[in-house]
Amino acid sequence: MRATGLKLIGVIVGLAAAGVLIGLYVAKLTTEAGSAAYTVPVTTRGGHKVVDLRIETVAAVGPQLSPGHPDFVSYLVRDTQGKWLRRTVWRLPADATVHVTIYNFDGASGLRNPLYARPQGVDGNVMTVDGKTMDVLPPDDASHTFAVPAYGLVVPVAPVADDAKNQCDYAPCAMSTAHRTIQFTFHTGKPGHFRWQCFVPCAAGWIDGFGGPMQTIGYMDGFLNVV
Amino acid sequence: MPERVSESHGRRVIVAWIVLSVVATPLVAFVLGPHLPPGNGSAQASEQVFDNTWITAIVTPVVCLLVVFFVYALTQFRHRGGALVDGPPLRNDSRVQIWWISVTSLVVLFLAGFGTYELLQNGSGGGQGPDPIAIPKGHKIPVQVIAQQWQFTYRYPTYGGVETPELVLPADSYIELHVTSLDAIHSFWAYELGVKADANPGVDNIAYVKTKGPRTFHVRCAELCGLWHGYMFDNGRVVPMAQFTAWIKAQSRAFAPVAKYLPKYADVYYPDPQRRAG
Repeated sequence: MRATGLKLIGVIVGLAAAGVLIGLYVAKLTTEAGSAAYTVPVTTRGGHKVVDLRIETVAAVGPQLSPGHPDFVSYLVRDTQGKWLRRTVWRLPADATVHVTIYNFDGASGLRNPLYARPQGVDGNVMTVDGKTMDVLPPDDASHTFAVPAYGLVVPVAPVADDAKNQCDYAPCAMSTAHRTIQFTFHTGKPGHFRWQCFVPCAAGWIDGFGGPMQTIGYMDGFLNVV
Repeated sequence: MPERVSESHGRRVIVAWIVLSVVATPLVAFVLGPHLPPGNGSAQASEQVFDNTWITAIVTPVVCLLVVFFVYALTQFRHRGGALVDGPPLRNDSRVQIWWISVTSLVVLFLAGFGTYELLQNGSGGGQGPDPIAIPKGHKIPVQVIAQQWQFTYRYPTYGGVETPELVLPADSYIELHVTSLDAIHSFWAYELGVKADANPGVDNIAYVKTKGPRTFHVRCAELCGLWHGYMFDNGRVVPMAQFTAWIKAQSRAFAPVAKYLPKYADVYYPDPQRRAG
């Protein structure tokens, strides 16, 4: 009888421990998206929080930043020292203005849904591409998108021309290599945990472009941890 | 003597079952029933609540019998020490078999007939494929639901084919939803409206819903569709017709720059292969 009781306690404890471990793993997976969160520096202008978020998109993340998948397409974020990090979870302040600059070193893939060719959810529903204001990008030209569905935010990313000289093979890409500069501004609201993603099926070599980096946390997607 | 004991057990079980059923069935039908999902957000949702109430009430006596028998067996037939011996032999009782088969057959046939009748009224908010057979009468506003990894977008063909990332529907109107997908298999589930329809690439899955008054409702994907399936959700709105008209005009203006790039409205879309993706 005593042995049965001990067995029962052992099973309960084992199940509880397994549940806790699975819970912790899932919690880490969903909040960290495979990498530690990068806290974007905040400045204050006129009492208002302002963030300057600099990110880049690269056709191949390279062995230095992703030894396991050097050929994966990826987003990267630039820290205050100008170093590019493969981190796709970004901590942003609530009720802040976020100025985003995307340096794109990748070519065109084309949008599956042309609706995303229209910048949405950003100031004026416009973006600038190499300094030129645009309210739409021809869908076939889109290289990627930066989208935060919970904010209704979508911005198409203009491509490097196929015949451009001095193209970047692997990240980190020097600014002297061919790239496009896309800029826009949006505003964070209440604290929360918002996923962002690319809507272009841009995973070269995978069926319909949907596999690999599009289905792996930490390359073409991540979270805005608004605190 | 053992037969008398056996009859006594049977009588007790039947009495307890009848008493429990008489108490539980009205409670299920009139207290629990109105709170069953999916609520009353549309005519179809209300019908589903009605159906769920009926079906739950009908199966309540069956559940009661199982519960009574289970509890009775646990308490009365429990081994309480002494040597383990075989119980009395079970003998066939054709009366019990006939009753059991007749009653359960009637219940199952009734539920099948009831469910079929209800489905044929207007499809009960379910996807009916490209050739629906339960088509409600009257004017219907078509709205196309386009699923893609990992967001739903919506096209309004009778309003110039404008496409938006938000689902807004006019109140007190019949809506004809055309559900399709641009990539993987998804499922459009507007919970409070009682609508659920698979979104398959290359398929126009039609579902009908009659909206009621203004409200918000949840939309989520109900088919495991990839990495961010769990985040494929949104909120929709039912608004008065005048507000809907103003909203659709505003959407047409907001998305005017991209209008020339949208494909002509079609039941399904076959986007060109990506330039570099396999």
